[in-house]
Amino acid sequence: MSRSIPSVRALAVRKRGPGKVTLRLQVNGEEYAVLAEPRRTLLDVLRKDLGLTGAKKVCDRGHCGACTVLVDGIPIYSCLKLAIECEGKRIETIEGLSFPDGLHPLQKAFIEHDAFQCGFCTPGQIMSLKALFDRNPHPSADEIRSAVAGNLCRCGAYAKILRAAQAVSEAHAKG
Amino acid sequence: MPRIVRTKVEFEGEVRERMAVVEEDHITPWGSGTPLRIVGRSYPRTGGVEVVTGKATYTADVQLPGMLYCRIMRSPHPHAEIASIDYVKAESMSGVRAVLCHANAPGIRWFGDSLLFDRILRYEGEEVAAVAADDEEIADGALSLIRVRYRELPFVVEAEEAMKPGAVQIHPGGNIVGGPDGEVYRRGNVREGFAKADLVVEERYETPAAVHNCLEPHCCVAMWAGDELVLWDSTQHVYGIRNEVAATLGLPLNKVRVISEFIGGGFGCKQGVGKHEIIAALLAKMTGRPVKLALSRRAENLAGGVRHPTIQYLKAGVRRDGTLMALQLRSIANIGAYGMGGSEVGGPIRELYRCPNVLTEQIAIHTNLGPATAFRAPGYMEGMYGLESMMDQIARGLGIDPLQFRLLNYAEKDPMRGVSYSSKHLDKAYRTGASIIGWESRPGGQNAGARRRGFGMASQVWGGGGGPPAYAIVRLNADGTADVLTGTQDIGTGTKTVLSQIAAEELGFKVEDVRVTIGDSRAGPYAPVSAGSMTVPSMGPAVRAAARSAREQLLNLAADLLRVLATELSVKEGKIKSTARPREVAVGEITGRIGDFMIIGQGARGPNPSDAKVRTFGAQFAEVEVDVETGDVTVLRVAAVHDFGRVINPLTLGNQVEGGIVQGTGFALMEERIVDSPTGKALNANLEAYKVPTMLDVPSIESHPIDLPDEICNSIGAKGAGEPPIIPTAPAIANAVFDATGIRIRSLPITRDKLLEEIRRNAAF
Repeated sequence: MSRSIPSVRALAVRKRGPGKVTLRLQVNGEEYAVLAEPRRTLLDVLRKDLGLTGAKKVCDRGHCGACTVLVDGIPIYSCLKLAIECEGKRIETIEGLSFPDGLHPLQKAFIEHDAFQCGFCTPGQIMSLKALFDRNPHPSADEIRSAVAGNLCRCGAYAKILRAAQAVSEAHAKG
Repeated sequence: MPRIVRTKVEFEGEVRERMAVVEEDHITPWGSGTPLRIVGRSYPRTGGVEVVTGKATYTADVQLPGMLYCRIMRSPHPHAEIASIDYVKAESMSGVRAVLCHANAPGIRWFGDSLLFDRILRYEGEEVAAVAADDEEIADGALSLIRVRYRELPFVVEAEEAMKPGAVQIHPGGNIVGGPDGEVYRRGNVREGFAKADLVVEERYETPAAVHNCLEPHCCVAMWAGDELVLWDSTQHVYGIRNEVAATLGLPLNKVRVISEFIGGGFGCKQGVGKHEIIAALLAKMTGRPVKLALSRRAENLAGGVRHPTIQYLKAGVRRDGTLMALQLRSIANIGAYGMGGSEVGGPIRELYRCPNVLTEQIAIHTNLGPATAFRAPGYMEGMYGLESMMDQIARGLGIDPLQFRLLNYAEKDPMRGVSYSSKHLDKAYRTGASIIGWESRPGGQNAGARRRGFGMASQVWGGGGGPPAYAIVRLNADGTADVLTGTQDIGTGTKTVLSQIAAEELGFKVEDVRVTIGDSRAGPYAPVSAGSMTVPSMGPAVRAAARSAREQLLNLAADLLRVLATELSVKEGKIKSTARPREVAVGEITGRIGDFMIIGQGARGPNPSDAKVRTFGAQFAEVEVDVETGDVTVLRVAAVHDFGRVINPLTLGNQVEGGIVQGTGFALMEERIVDSPTGKALNANLEAYKVPTMLDVPSIESHPIDLPDEICNSIGAKGAGEPPIIPTAPAIANAVFDATGIRIRSLPITRDKLLEEIRRNAAF
């Protein structure tokens, strides 16, 4: 059943699209050159080509937020963005969040307040919150809720996600 | 020494007597007076750093060199026969490595007489063909080149239609599973009970098809290493998958290894083997390369399992003084084409209240829909909505406070068998919940205006006792650290964390010196499915027994080395203390001195008590606000008081309770898979139109677990907490909506259209 040599018929079936092109991406401060088709989403490039599997593929159509990454500081659903559109932009993923000497305060707070159960939505939740805290270090509860309103958590850890983010906000308020 | 016991094990409402091999000597349960240092305290989740840094490797994240991606072509019709299928073009597309369909797949039996790839397709979303290719884009392209000619067949998607004579037959045995009255339970005589009642109420309730929608879809990676199959799988039962896959493919058990370290949610739909594991294994064999198969979100909604919708005809008879005289239920569950059967919808009716005359008939019906599977508290959640809605209605009809009415019919003993409970604190749960929500001081009657507040409550009963077989191993390392090995899995409940606490407690070690390895059928011994709220009450005692054996061996060796009696020795925080000598010795000092000899403790879960019924109980109280102009229901507060026996970790337990209430709120107000009857197709098979609760839908939750150890149920005094919190939420909300508006919605979810329709018809508005 397995075939190592493509049959003659294979040549008859035309390939779709222009084929792979070189994409230059800046992810978590590092430069990458990736050979991928232009139709490939940023999420697929991050996960498959760069091995950064923190961003998750859940719905693949912008309904759930599990693939949230930051592009030039703005949280986006990376399943709705083609990687080729992100050339020359600054891409941040959950893998780039930890400081060299430890966890980001949001990551610490998520652990301390148990802000997840299965954890599959967690990278997306944290990236949405990171975008919020980067522009507003002391957000209100409503601002926090609104920032993650597009991030589904099927386990329902919302109360603890809110608490974790509030703890970071309060720590910032105290300076 | 191993010995065989017969013991009753309850699983999702069904009690089975089973034989199990146990080897535990009797271990004195941790009682309420036992001083515990680690168990009962909040510890952050084991594996938390991996999760928050994105480094946790879920099955969906596994990438292997040379790995192929599989995509599945699914039936666009609810019922059809494949007249012809042409996959030559797809197979010869560049980058396509294999195609599987009924024309070339091995004839693996799947359900009854049907096959893994069957010519007859019995629901929209059933597997037609599978393609393994170098990438998903290529596989998708190949699917579009497969030409299938379908012969469409008549279909039926409504359960009550499928029950009628002459309805479309989905399987040769007919659509009704079992007899025409389904599964029957009877005590007393309901006819006599209704005759003696002053008030008899009959109602029809409906609950929706709710889709689990675990964020990690059903997903696996199959890799052959010689004649052995390694399967990474997002599953609730590592050992179950190993056994089922081995049986299906005709492999010896030791040639299948199942790995599932991080799991992105299960909720019941990942209990058993699905077609995807077998398809991936076959394609990996055909191509000689690892194959990843992840269900798309659409497939997850069509074929990944669903809480079966129910229709419930419930009748209750009660005396004027509030005494329940009779309860009768006929429930109809729509289990789709390949559901294994209905769940215990009658469970709450049979066992929540002291009622002498009870009849439940649970009917399960095949239709042309995707397979129903267990979903967090299957049956009890649906049945509790009907029962507790009716109890609220009757209490109000009699002019008795709904909480008082429940206390009047309180079951001190199990109404089914007449035996005592191992522990029951439901009365305390009622009182505590009432006090948190302010039940006594709630405003009575419906208020005027557009936004109306209301209060409601409901009860919970469920199993959660667990049982054998469940095994664990504890190994001590030369440096004084310990490894706990068992074949269980953590689907997000915190199993790993809790087991490390139990092992550390029993060993006398620090919790950070204990590592728990789970989720690998080669690493640890058999563990049961993580379902039925049974992981902690099954695995906890097994781990405690293994740890105790390791500690005893350690102290015996230490006694020899220190030249003291083992009975003088104890371990605390990683140090061995003697009553005879003042000096403490670190465990590592002893284990270091015995060289590479490894202390290995084995433990097994002991039998369940034979003379007591093990149950979890609880009550939830909800305060809602209903906007009678828009039909919007906002759940403001939920007070949850549950009795799970001993609480091992308050932090992770609180998360479970809150999560159950969030899912219960979704079930009450928004979740429903909608199927268009004329076409037999699902209209909302995605996460946009199938509504799950978001951060903005979450009420303020106050959870106060009773936290009293059950000293009879098992050696750790804890019961399962996974399912109980979801059970009473929907009826508590529905009753609060009635309190606010005077409108009782007997069909979940309580959506705006249903409320507005009732408001429009109700002259009071």
